[in-house]
Amino acid sequence: MKVREMMERFGLTAATGGKGLDREVKGGYCGDLLSEVMASAPQGCVWLTVQGHQNIVAVAVLREMAAVILTGNRRPDEETLRKADQEGIPILIWPQSAYDLAGRLYESGVGKPAAG
Amino acid sequence: MASLQKSFPIVARDFVHAGEASIHVQSILKAMRMDPALIRRIAICCYEGEMNAVIHGGNGQILLAIEADQLNLAINDDGPGIEDIERAMQPGYSTASEEAREMGFGAGMGLTNMKNNADAIHIDSAPGQGTRVTMRFALPSPAEGP
Ligand SMILES: Nc1ncnc2c1ncn2[C@@H]1O[C@H](COP(=O)(O)OP(=O)(O)OP(=O)(O)O)[C@@H](O)[C@H]1O
Ligand SMILES: [Mg+2]
Repeated sequence: MKVREMMERFGLTAATGGKGLDREVKGGYCGDLLSEVMASAPQGCVWLTVQGHQNIVAVAVLREMAAVILTGNRRPDEETLRKADQEGIPILIWPQSAYDLAGRLYESGVGKPAAG
Repeated sequence: MASLQKSFPIVARDFVHAGEASIHVQSILKAMRMDPALIRRIAICCYEGEMNAVIHGGNGQILLAIEADQLNLAINDDGPGIEDIERAMQPGYSTASEEAREMGFGAGMGLTNMKNNADAIHIDSAPGQGTRVTMRFALPSPAEGP
């Protein structure tokens, strides 16, 4: 599933401009401690977090993520958006909890091991 | 692999530019078509070292040196230094400020991530003497490379 399909399907809105929406979503990860995310987030994942400051962009680039999703209706800082646009990392907004979205993504097959 | 040496400056407490040096290093390694799994390990180590210098250390630089069979990454800063290196290496140990913790730093996992992802790590530091973290990564020889 591409980032733009995921947005349509789950009602996510983009805070960044249109860059990076054709990236393939290959998994998901939830976390707010940056060095823990750095250690464990899978390549091509969407990262669900409450952190909206500028340093999330470097983590997303270095871990080669598909997108960052700010949960709990949090808003990214201006500097975060500027950097994310520059690096082509979509920053998406989800009004409810990370648990809620992670459950829906997993159920739809994102990051779910293939059956059998 | 062609040999190469490059240095990138680090500015203490500069959260606006923090991480950019590591992104630069990653893009150089990608342009060299290094093995993606190896690039990811190096990127983790570079970022954790860069952020430690920004958050806990002082001004400094990242030195990237690529030779035929190994890549060396040195992250040096002229900050306060580390009093007890063994304790600093313990997972979960952190002296991060409240401000840094609110940003999601301070899990005490950075040095552990570096140790887990580098083939070798050496930390040279003492109070008032700054900090020099050196990491080595073995590079596959061209014959067995991808
Ligand atoms: N360059 C440095 N200068 C001074 N102290 C350092 C430096 N690097 C690490 N330290 C000390 O070692 C501790 C542990 O570092 P480590 O990277 O493992 O965790 P952290 O930076 O506190 O949290 P995290 O990396 O998980 O965000 C730090 O809290 C700090 O006390
Ligand atoms: Mg650290």
